[in-house]
Amino acid sequence: MGTHLWNRKHLLGMADLSREEIHAILEAAASLREVNRRDIKKVPTLRGKTVINLFYENSTRTRTSFELAGKRMSADVINMSVASSSVKKGETLYDTLATLQAMNPDLVVIRHPESGAQEFLARHLDASLVNAGDGRHEHPTQALLDLLTIHDNLPLLEQEDFSSLIVAVCGDSLHSRVARSIALGLKTLGAEVRFVGPPGLLPFRAEEAFGVRVFHRLEQGLEGAHVVMALRLQLERMSVGFIPSVREYFAFWGLTKARLAVAAPNAIVMHPGPINRGVEIASEVADDRERSVILDQVANGLAVRMAVMYRLCGVGGGR
Amino acid sequence: MSGFLWIRGARVVDPANGLDATADLLVGDGIIREVGRCDAPLGCPVLDADGLVLAPGLVDMHVHLREPGFEYKETIAGGTRAAAAGGVTTVAAMPNTRPVNDDPSVTGYILQKARSEGWVNVAPIGAVTRGLEGRELTEMGLQIRAGCVAFSDDGRPVADSGLMRRALEYASTFGALIIQHAEDPALAGHGCMHEGVISSRLGLPGLPSEAESVMVDRDLRLVALTGGRYHVAHISTGQAVEAVGRARAMGLSVSCEVAPHHFALTDEAVLGYDTDAKMSPPLRGHEERHALLEGLARGIITVIATDHAPHDPDSKRVEFCQASNGVVGLETLLPVSLELVRDGVMGLSACLAAMTVAPARLLGLNRGALTPGMPADLLLFDLDAPWVVDAARLHGTSRNTCFHGRRVRGRVKKTFVAGRLVHDDDG
Repeated sequence: MGTHLWNRKHLLGMADLSREEIHAILEAAASLREVNRRDIKKVPTLRGKTVINLFYENSTRTRTSFELAGKRMSADVINMSVASSSVKKGETLYDTLATLQAMNPDLVVIRHPESGAQEFLARHLDASLVNAGDGRHEHPTQALLDLLTIHDNLPLLEQEDFSSLIVAVCGDSLHSRVARSIALGLKTLGAEVRFVGPPGLLPFRAEEAFGVRVFHRLEQGLEGAHVVMALRLQLERMSVGFIPSVREYFAFWGLTKARLAVAAPNAIVMHPGPINRGVEIASEVADDRERSVILDQVANGLAVRMAVMYRLCGVGGGR
Repeated sequence: MSGFLWIRGARVVDPANGLDATADLLVGDGIIREVGRCDAPLGCPVLDADGLVLAPGLVDMHVHLREPGFEYKETIAGGTRAAAAGGVTTVAAMPNTRPVNDDPSVTGYILQKARSEGWVNVAPIGAVTRGLEGRELTEMGLQIRAGCVAFSDDGRPVADSGLMRRALEYASTFGALIIQHAEDPALAGHGCMHEGVISSRLGLPGLPSEAESVMVDRDLRLVALTGGRYHVAHISTGQAVEAVGRARAMGLSVSCEVAPHHFALTDEAVLGYDTDAKMSPPLRGHEERHALLEGLARGIITVIATDHAPHDPDSKRVEFCQASNGVVGLETLLPVSLELVRDGVMGLSACLAAMTVAPARLLGLNRGALTPGMPADLLLFDLDAPWVVDAARLHGTSRNTCFHGRRVRGRVKKTFVAGRLVHDDDG
């Protein structure tokens, strides 16, 4: 599995990863998928290692995926969910980390509502870290599972590699760590990335910041796209004036079958979940087994997280 | 002879009197007696200052001393100790203490503390509105009588246009200066760094330059309406500098100050989520930084002030958006400002003017010049001495500097307040 390509202590973001490192993870994940199809779904790779899932935001999907990944690798996995609604009350992040450090874990998976929380951890913890989403900054394992899913579909899309691929990331990329991470990963692999959405929901100067192309109208952004990725719209965005209403949003930026007609033939549809039916995506698209690879993403997420854990602290891994 | 000191052979730079020449200076009983070729009285102590620059002690018109109320961040004693180490002999103290300095009794407390514990002169700035709440004006007249030198709600803008109009009008009765923290609250939103490519990459909510310039534009119209005296604190955008330049050209009584971190650094310092690079207004992009340098070179920005804002470690050792705004700056004011001279932005005299006579005149202080008869607030420094900023070696209570590790040149050797030695780098 090309261990020489991977000697990082942490996985903090896609911005750090080279093309070779991304491919090394994807290859490892592809071979680990076999474990998940076995009758006895367990390998001894992380036996004796302690993994702590430190989640400051509710996330059943991601937390479960990391938990299962750790358990299938035989690690001892502990979940810590911390209500973080008010940082002013209760324990500071620094004090929580001091407590964690005393338990001497090997790997900490962190999900936090503040951008940059993972950098804070890296300064105060000795363990390896996996960023499972920090604010609106990065969510690298989501990007890697998306890349694996796209990679699996390259033959269907009649592409040899990522270099001629066009990926349209549609919706609220401003508040999305998924959009940032997948854009960075895809750019590293040479694909064309588009951010498509109303101006107020796109990152400031996104072209310059991420090397993406920006489209405000969905019809234009989807034209010729091989991969269409819909982003979840947080419904609370409306109350603060980003968009007027769900009805208006779906009318202009909802992903429907009719709108997908301008995309490339066989174009696939992705969504990081959980989906809002009738908001950013129509049910007819989400449930279309010809186009939607949303459930493949979930399965690949498990394999990618196993691969990341293996690379960071498995025997023969980086350290 | 007691009470006398003869400083001999320094390069004396006194912007207020247009002097930049090798000269002597005679201090007697805390007062500047003579500047030039002086004959010292018999037996007078001599300080040989050959190779050093002698300038008026610096006047920093934007400092947070945190006392009363936040003594765990800084005290009048600690903050003025840092000032002395930075060659600053007068600090104007912002009113966002607890209680807020919105009352003559608080001004009196600060001045009394400064007299008993302070190392340098303290000039209190009173609040524009009671409790900094932006609703009712403070008793500006009584505050001036108690010792306030200007008014500001710093940390917050005076957001209400009607109230700002009344404040400018009312303050003009006393010829008092209104110092505005210019930021439109709605445009600033939850922004915690400059809105730019870097905020996009870091996924941090951005605060656009327009949050400042929109407020400055509004205020300048109110200055034109009222004839008040108006000063923009810590200006950080090219648009606001342009607006101030236009207003000055129209003859309005308008000025602005820039902080060293804003002309020396950009938002790139935030990469890695360093909370010691978090302040309000935020570090901006390269274009804004160049506009600030241009504003200094063209004389639109006439004051350099630190916005010295001490914070305890717990206020900074948190997630970036949760961290308190502000950095300390008193001890890096001189060397970082001297970079302007070395980079050819302005001459030494102009640079020192922005930290001495210019702020002193705005605040109506009899300081910031080497005119015989004035208090002997003096700064002796080595213009070229290289050193590395080390947070651990700062003199104040808090060490939240954004210049840690920076290689600088220009070192304060001695600071005098009214002829009394308050800092000695060799001692």
